[in-house]
Amino acid sequence: MSGGFDWIALVEFAAIGLLSGGLLALIALGFVLIYKGTGVINFAMGEFMMLGAYFFYTARVMWSLPDWLALMLTFAGVASCAALVERWLLRPLAGQSVIAVLMATIGLASALHGAVDAIWGGQNYNMPQILPRTPLLLGDVLVPGKVLWSFLLAALVIGLFSVYFRRSRTGVAMRAAASDPVTAYLMGIDVRAMQRLTWIYAGLVGALAGIVVASITSLSPALGTTALGVLAVIILGGLDSIVGAIVAGLIVGVLESLTAGYLGGKVRDIVPYLVVLLILLVRPYGLFGTRRIERL
Amino acid sequence: MRIGDYRQTYEHDESIWPTAVQRAWLAALLLALALFPLVGGAYLVSLMCVLGIHLIAATGLNIMTGYTGLISLGHAAFMGVGCYTAAWLAQRGVPVFVVLPLAGAMAAALGIVVGLPSLRIKGLYLAVATLALQFLMVFVFREWESVTGGVRGTNVPAAEFVGLTLNTDARMAWLIMVCAALLLLGARNLMRTRVGRAFMAIRDKDISAEVLGINLLRYKLSAFALGSFYAGVAGALLGYFYRAMTPEYFTLQLSIFYLAAIIVGGLGSLLGTILGSVFMTLVPEALRALVAVAAQYTPRATEILSPIQQVVFGVLIMGFLVFEPHGLQEIWRRVRRFFHLWPFRS
Amino acid sequence: MDGSISRPEWLLEAEDLHLAFGGIQALSGVSLGVEKGRISAVIGPNGAGKTSLFNTLSGFYRPQRGRILLEGRDISAVSPDRRAALGLARTFQNVALFRGMTVLDNIKLGGHSRLRAHPLSAMFYFGAARSEEMALRHEIEREVIDFLEIDHIRHLPVASLPYGLQKRVELARALAMRPRVLMLDEPVAGMNREETEDMARFILDIQEERGISVLLIEHDMGLVMDIAHHVAVLSFGRLIGQGAPAQVRAQPEVIKAYLGESASRRAA
Repeated sequence: MSGGFDWIALVEFAAIGLLSGGLLALIALGFVLIYKGTGVINFAMGEFMMLGAYFFYTARVMWSLPDWLALMLTFAGVASCAALVERWLLRPLAGQSVIAVLMATIGLASALHGAVDAIWGGQNYNMPQILPRTPLLLGDVLVPGKVLWSFLLAALVIGLFSVYFRRSRTGVAMRAAASDPVTAYLMGIDVRAMQRLTWIYAGLVGALAGIVVASITSLSPALGTTALGVLAVIILGGLDSIVGAIVAGLIVGVLESLTAGYLGGKVRDIVPYLVVLLILLVRPYGLFGTRRIERL
Repeated sequence: MRIGDYRQTYEHDESIWPTAVQRAWLAALLLALALFPLVGGAYLVSLMCVLGIHLIAATGLNIMTGYTGLISLGHAAFMGVGCYTAAWLAQRGVPVFVVLPLAGAMAAALGIVVGLPSLRIKGLYLAVATLALQFLMVFVFREWESVTGGVRGTNVPAAEFVGLTLNTDARMAWLIMVCAALLLLGARNLMRTRVGRAFMAIRDKDISAEVLGINLLRYKLSAFALGSFYAGVAGALLGYFYRAMTPEYFTLQLSIFYLAAIIVGGLGSLLGTILGSVFMTLVPEALRALVAVAAQYTPRATEILSPIQQVVFGVLIMGFLVFEPHGLQEIWRRVRRFFHLWPFRS
Repeated sequence: MDGSISRPEWLLEAEDLHLAFGGIQALSGVSLGVEKGRISAVIGPNGAGKTSLFNTLSGFYRPQRGRILLEGRDISAVSPDRRAALGLARTFQNVALFRGMTVLDNIKLGGHSRLRAHPLSAMFYFGAARSEEMALRHEIEREVIDFLEIDHIRHLPVASLPYGLQKRVELARALAMRPRVLMLDEPVAGMNREETEDMARFILDIQEERGISVLLIEHDMGLVMDIAHHVAVLSFGRLIGQGAPAQVRAQPEVIKAYLGESASRRAA
C-alpha cells in the first residue's frame, strides 16, 4: 500500500513527457520540411529558434510592443532571414555535393549562434508568458499549464500543415517540387519559389517553437543547441516522414521526461544522443522512413 | 607546367618533390623550422606549438572528410579521448613515444565503434552520429571523475624524451614539429598508394569504386579510424603542451573550428591543410588583438570574443564554400602559375 | 538447373534471371552467355533491361530467381567488390570516372585489387608499397596507356577531357584490371564516325591480342554487326532472339521489337 512503487510520479512523468513531446514534434517538423523539400539537414534549425525567441523578446520586452505586433514582427523577421539564407547560401550551392551543403548549414549555425550571443549577450532572460499558466489536474497527477498548452499549440500547427500539404494548391505544388523538380518545372511550378517557401515555413515553425521553448525554460544562447537533440527525433521517425516526426517526438519526449525524473537533468540532456546511436545500430531508416533504392 | 622540368623515369615522375628548386625550398623550410624555437620569442614559439597541433588534427579531418567524403562533427571528441588517454598513461609513467601512438589508437578504436553502424548508410547519418558522439563524450569527460578528473580537469606530467624533460615551449615545439612532419608525410604517402586512391574514389563515385574491387565499408572505416588516430595524437600533444586539461576545451565549437580549417585551406589537399591551419591559427590571435583594441572603447568587447569567433568561423565556412570551394590552396596555385610564366604572359 | 542451356565454351553466364523492382519486372527468365575469347553483344530498345542485366552481372542487383556463373562456378552470392578480383570488369553508360582525380590515378585504380598495400604500409611507403606502385605504373604505361594512345593526357584531370577521351580513359581503367570478362555499356554512345572506328579497333585488339572475352551493350547497329560474334536481343526484359549477327537481324520478333508490327510483316 504506502511505501510501494510511486505510480503517480511515473504517470506524471509520462504525461508530461508525452505533452512536451508535442513540442519536439513541432521542431522536428521544421527539420522534416527542409529535408523533404530540399534534401538537406538544416543544422541551423536551433538558430532559427533562437532568432524567433530573441526577436520576440526584443519586440515585446525591450520595445514594449503589444503581443500581436511583436509576434508579427518576429515572424516577418525570421521569414526574411530564412528567405535570405535560401537565396544567398543554398541556391549558389545548388549543384554541389551533400557534404558541401551540410557544411554550409553548419557554418550558418555557427555564425547565427555567435551573432545572437554577441548582440544580446549570454545571460538568461525571462521570456514573457504567452501561454496560460493554469495547471491541469488529473486526480493526483499535476501537468504544468505551459506544457499542456505547448502541446495543443504544436498539435494545431502540425495539423494545419498536414491539411495544407494535402489540400491547398501551394502545398501540393511544394510536394511536387520536392519529389521531382524537373517534372514540376515542366508543369509550370516555380520550383525556386517553392524551395524559398519551404525555408520560410521551416523558419516560422522554428521561430514559434523557439518562443514556446524559451517561455517554458528561459531565453539564452543554449536554446540553439536544444534543436540538435531533436535530430534524434527525426532519425527515429525517419528523415522524410511527418508522421514519423510526430510519433518519434512523443516517444523521445516520454524518454526524456522519465530520465529527468529518475536520473536527473544532466543525464536527460544526453538521452537524445544515446537514442541516435542506438537507432543507427538497430534500425537506421527509422520507424517510418523510406529506404532509398538507388538506380544506377 | 614548369619550364625545364623534365621527367625521364616513372620513378622521378612519382616523387613528391621532383625539381631541385622544390627540394631546396623544402630544405630551407625545415632548417628554419628547426632553428626557430631557439631564436623566436616566447609568444611565437607557443603559437608554433599550437599550429603544429592544429596541423595534425586538421590533416586527420581532411583524410576523413576531404579525401573520403565522410563528415565528422566529433573531431574534438576524438582529440579529447587522445588527451585524456595520454594524461592517464603519462601519470602512470608511460614514456611519451609509447603514449602518443596509444592515444591515437584509443581514438581510432572509438572511431571504429561509432563508424561501424553509421557507415553502412548515407553520409548524412555519420554526421548526426558524430554529433551525438561529440555531446556524449563531453558528458563522459565531465562525469567520469575517476579517470578524467571531471569538471576540474586533470594534469599531465611533462614528457620525457631520452632523458630530456620537455617542459619548455621550445622543446615541445620540436616534438610537435617532428610529429607533424612525420604524420603529414605519412598522409602524403598514403595518397600516392592504392589506399589513398581508394579513399578518393569512394568520395567521387562509390559505385564505380565497388566495381573496381574496393570494399566500401572496410575503406570507409579505415579512413575514419585513421582520421581519428590523428585527432588522438593531436589531443595527446595538446595535453603535454598545456600540462593540464579540462572538458570545456573539447566542444562542438572546436570540431567546427577544424571543419573551417580544412574548408578554408582546401578539401582533399595537404597543401590546403597547411594553409588552412596557418590561417586558422592566426584568426583567433587577430581577433584577440582586435578585441583588445576595441576594449579601450567598449568594455563589453572582451565578453564577446568567443561569440565573435563563432561568427567568424561560420562566415569563413560559408564564404569559402560559396566563393572559393577549393580553398586557399587554389588561390595559391593561381598565384604560382602566374609567376611561372611571368613576365612572358601570353 | 533442369532445362539449362549452358555450354562449356561460355565463360560468363546468366542463367534464368528474374529481376523485379517493386511492380516493375526488369528481367524475365533471361539466359545468355559470353563465349570465351569472343565478342558478344546485347541489343534491344530502350528500357529493355540491358543495363539492369549488367548491374545484376556486376552484383548490384540481386535477382529474385536465377544464377550467375563464372567458368561454371556460381558467383551469384559474391559481392560486387569481390567480383573484380575474379576477373569481371565493366564500364558505365554515363562515364563513371572519378572526377576529382587525374587520368593516371583513375587508371591506377583499375589495378586496385591486385595490389597489397594497407594503411600502415602505405603511410611508410618506402619498401613494399613503393615497389608495387612502381611496378603498377610501369605495367599501366606499357599495357594500357601506350595501347590506347592516351599518354599525352595522363596527368590531366579527367573532368577537363572531352567526352570521347573520357570514354577511352574509362576503358583504360577497366583494362588495368586485367579482366577475363570485359563488360562495356554503350562504349561508343555519343561518338562520331572517327571515334567509333577508333573504339572498334581497340575493342577488337583487346579481344584478339589479349584473349579477353567482351560483352557489350550497344545501340550502334553498324558496330554490333561488324565486330560481334554473337548477339542477344532483349525486349521488355525478355530474350527474344540470339545467334550470329546476320541471323538475328532477320528474325521477325527482333524486327517487330525495333520497328513495329508492320515492318515485321513486310520482312516475313
